[in-house]
Amino acid sequence: MPTSKPDAYQEFIKGLWRDNPVFAQVLGMCPMLAVTNSAVNALAMGGATFFVLVASSFLVSSLKRWIPKQVRISTYVIIIATFVTVIDYSLQALLPAIHKELGAFIPLIVVNCMILGRQESFASRHSIGLAVIDALGMAVGFLFALLALGSVREILGNGTWLGLDLFGPNFEPWVIMVLPPGGFLTLGLLLLLFSWLAERRQKLAERLAEMEVEGT
Amino acid sequence: MSTDSGLGLQSASRQGREPTSLRLILTLSLAGLLSGIIIVSVYEATLPTITAYQARMLREAVFQVLPRVTQSQRLVWRDGTLIAKDAEEKGEAAVFGGYDAGGNLVGYAIPSAGPGFQDTITLLYGYLPGSRKIVGMEVLDSRETPGLGDKIYKDAAFVGEFKDLAVDPEVRAVKRGTGSAANEVDAITGATISSKAVVRIINEGNARWLPRLDAGG
Repeated sequence: MPTSKPDAYQEFIKGLWRDNPVFAQVLGMCPMLAVTNSAVNALAMGGATFFVLVASSFLVSSLKRWIPKQVRISTYVIIIATFVTVIDYSLQALLPAIHKELGAFIPLIVVNCMILGRQESFASRHSIGLAVIDALGMAVGFLFALLALGSVREILGNGTWLGLDLFGPNFEPWVIMVLPPGGFLTLGLLLLLFSWLAERRQKLAERLAEMEVEGT
Repeated sequence: MSTDSGLGLQSASRQGREPTSLRLILTLSLAGLLSGIIIVSVYEATLPTITAYQARMLREAVFQVLPRVTQSQRLVWRDGTLIAKDAEEKGEAAVFGGYDAGGNLVGYAIPSAGPGFQDTITLLYGYLPGSRKIVGMEVLDSRETPGLGDKIYKDAAFVGEFKDLAVDPEVRAVKRGTGSAANEVDAITGATISSKAVVRIINEGNARWLPRLDAGG
């Protein structure tokens, strides 16, 4: 696989939009729905996942030559679990309030299928540089999706964003938005928006192609 | 030997297609060993910060579980009596005495811990020796299932059960709606194990501390 510049750029950008882990691949739904009741929680979960994914992809890609394929999944899980434990203890020491809020969902990053999926389908088959770029793109895409969901839910459900009061005291919060049903509702609407945008772009591309054919 | 099998053998050895079981075991053992070393070092590095934070939270929680308390004092049990001691010592259990503005003893905040559904639950509860009642409970640390077991501190009704609870003969968890005795707690539907764990942890704390507090307090 050539590591030319546009290629690396593509590997990064695909995680943000076209192959976004949440909106396009619909992976990592458990943390997605559970901890996005506020933008801060979404950022913390996105940050923790970011660290685990990038570090694991780097390590898996550097060690791929020495990992026999019969035990590769177990090795990936050991690697991922180690990084999750590292981030778990670090958050507990540095940001105890956020750690308490996220609670059991930090250890559950181990079973985020998005992370294991990247190791199996990308990091174990590509060079270290590309694997890290791919992980960066996917992690930023995941963070973006979490933040989008968390922002919508916090603004509507609590009238605040990142703790800042937006609407003043007369705002009646939609409590349902910070509760689990609000998570499903918001995710459904965001998925709808994402598919609509993707479809529109595809149609646009088709029309452009038609025009070119007619023109020649 | 045909060229075909010769090529196959070569590519097999190059890609390690059939590694020995020993190699598989060694790979996983090595991965586990390295992982263990990393986890232990991170644990050791973060432990002081985490314990300091937990100690601070514990002191703040004293005021949550005891009513009308303005000051607290850490107490340890030594030679058959309770003595004031601020410095923490490893492995030494302590309670907190809560005092009102006039310096009179209101009650004790008792920390206790035990296994929950997934991991250790650490909690603190307020005990009034005069009326032999529990008047507040706060979960300090737990990893119960989100949405079910975490109701032991998120469900106001369950936490409220510990605002006025008799300790004699012992605290019991019963199915919601069946118990109304002074020493009975309504267990959370869907989180019976976590509810019972909280009650068991409190009973263990009582068994350890109540005789001492009644004698030495």
